[in-house]
Amino acid sequence: MPIEVVVKTLFIILVVVGALAPVITWVERKQSAVMQDRIGANRADVAGITLLGLLHPAADVLKLLSKEDVVPLGANRFMHLISPLIAAVPAIVGYAVIPFGGVYQFGDTRLSLVAADPDWGLLYIFAIGSIATYGTVMAGWSSNNNWSLLGGMRAAAQMISYEVTMGLSVVGIFMVFQTLKLTDMALAQDTTFRVLGFLDVLFGIPVPAWLDWVRLPAWGIFYQPLAFLMFLAAIMAENKRPPFDAPEGESEIIAGFHLEYSGMRFGLFYMSEFIEVIVIAGLVATIFLGGWAIPYLSTQTIIGGVGSVLGTGFATGLCMLLHFGCFMTKVVVMIWLQMALRWTLPRFRYDQVMDLCWKILLPLSLANIFVTGFVMLLVEG
Amino acid sequence: MTTQEILFYAFAALAVVSALGMVLNLRNTVAAAMSLVVTMVSLAGIYVLLEAHLVAAIQIMVYGGAIVVLFLFVVMLLNLRADEFAPGRQWLTKLAAGLVVFAAGAELIRLLSGELPEPGELPPGFGGYRMVGISLYTDYVLLVEMASLLLLAAIVGALILAKRRID
Repeated sequence: MPIEVVVKTLFIILVVVGALAPVITWVERKQSAVMQDRIGANRADVAGITLLGLLHPAADVLKLLSKEDVVPLGANRFMHLISPLIAAVPAIVGYAVIPFGGVYQFGDTRLSLVAADPDWGLLYIFAIGSIATYGTVMAGWSSNNNWSLLGGMRAAAQMISYEVTMGLSVVGIFMVFQTLKLTDMALAQDTTFRVLGFLDVLFGIPVPAWLDWVRLPAWGIFYQPLAFLMFLAAIMAENKRPPFDAPEGESEIIAGFHLEYSGMRFGLFYMSEFIEVIVIAGLVATIFLGGWAIPYLSTQTIIGGVGSVLGTGFATGLCMLLHFGCFMTKVVVMIWLQMALRWTLPRFRYDQVMDLCWKILLPLSLANIFVTGFVMLLVEG
Repeated sequence: MTTQEILFYAFAALAVVSALGMVLNLRNTVAAAMSLVVTMVSLAGIYVLLEAHLVAAIQIMVYGGAIVVLFLFVVMLLNLRADEFAPGRQWLTKLAAGLVVFAAGAELIRLLSGELPEPGELPPGFGGYRMVGISLYTDYVLLVEMASLLLLAAIVGALILAKRRID
């Protein structure tokens, strides 16, 4: 058991955080270049080889590591030095509960593609997220700079406010899937449902059997489309990337909470945002896009179909690879969506960010809970 | 020592040290607030060891996260130091703190001098959101509703106070 945990932790730290996050910085630059009709990052090279600009992340890290690490005069030295770590660690430990695949039975050994699988998985993510607030708040306060302090204040207000909506917007999902466990949520979405079934259940109009093929994957986004939009908005606001980057707001408060940071400590803030982009993508994919589930192709179908020809062990292994690939595809799609939003929408003004949270998303998420409960009562009662 | 015991002592020591750090850190209120966060998070760790998973998560979300961030908000905006607190009220604060410490100490001595109860078997699902939710909405539903009424009154009261100043 301990070996398994070590392997999974290493996979997360080395592959997801160590390798994927730098690639995301490249994706962001390249995508913004494409969207703005530029060539984009293509100058960093080793002996004339640029690899499409893929060497830029390495050049970035070299530059950041070799820069002077400045602590401003009058700053709280300890807090200033530790704040980037408080921001980065919650982002990394969030991966612990993201299921990269289901549970697979190879003879006597069970293999599960999630590092930790607590019953309260989603609550864990929310708890981790609320700790991340301190990284930015303390960074803003400890820098002894009024712009930083303003940025820290904005970050604190924004992150606490959106935490509320983020939690409330997925209550409907808890009700539909009857669980907070992320692996169970993914498992529950590994099936399909009749699209026209609601006619029968709610209005008593029988649906003819020949329309039975009109099915959708039982994904969260189809059960709770409003929750999907609200959760995505709330969790992107938690990450403080544009269009929700009022805490940075370089046109008004210069760079906000990380104004006084230089070198790798600035890099840590920067990286933690990118690491969080992947966490968000994984979380949204798990809750709303079926996790590792392949649409219209359930686990039993794969293992049963391929297993009868090539043996169950091979079929299970194939199934695991397919599920992992499927999950990563969804993650990539969600990362693309976040990047596209980031380069499409202008920054919200600070009061607009707050209005969106308290006046639009909060009432809508409460209404969503009531409507979901009402429909579920009708369906079950 | 088992892993659980090691973790318990680590969290307990961290909780005590950071609590002392909070109380003794008179010159720097922000550092005191951050010590409070560490105390809250270590308590959450102890709750996890006690299988009270929901309480642990809520401990971090509400106390570790939201409430102390609000403390920080006030502290940072006012930038208070210890000598700037209203001097006339100090004896009242000290009296209240003394009473609380005395009560807690007396209870601790009473518990430790008597026979400690044997640990019993936990019912399945103990401390999870399911069991807590069921007992909250069946056995304690009246208390939950009363608490929600109290919170609603607090929200409305805060709104009225803030509104008067804006107008």
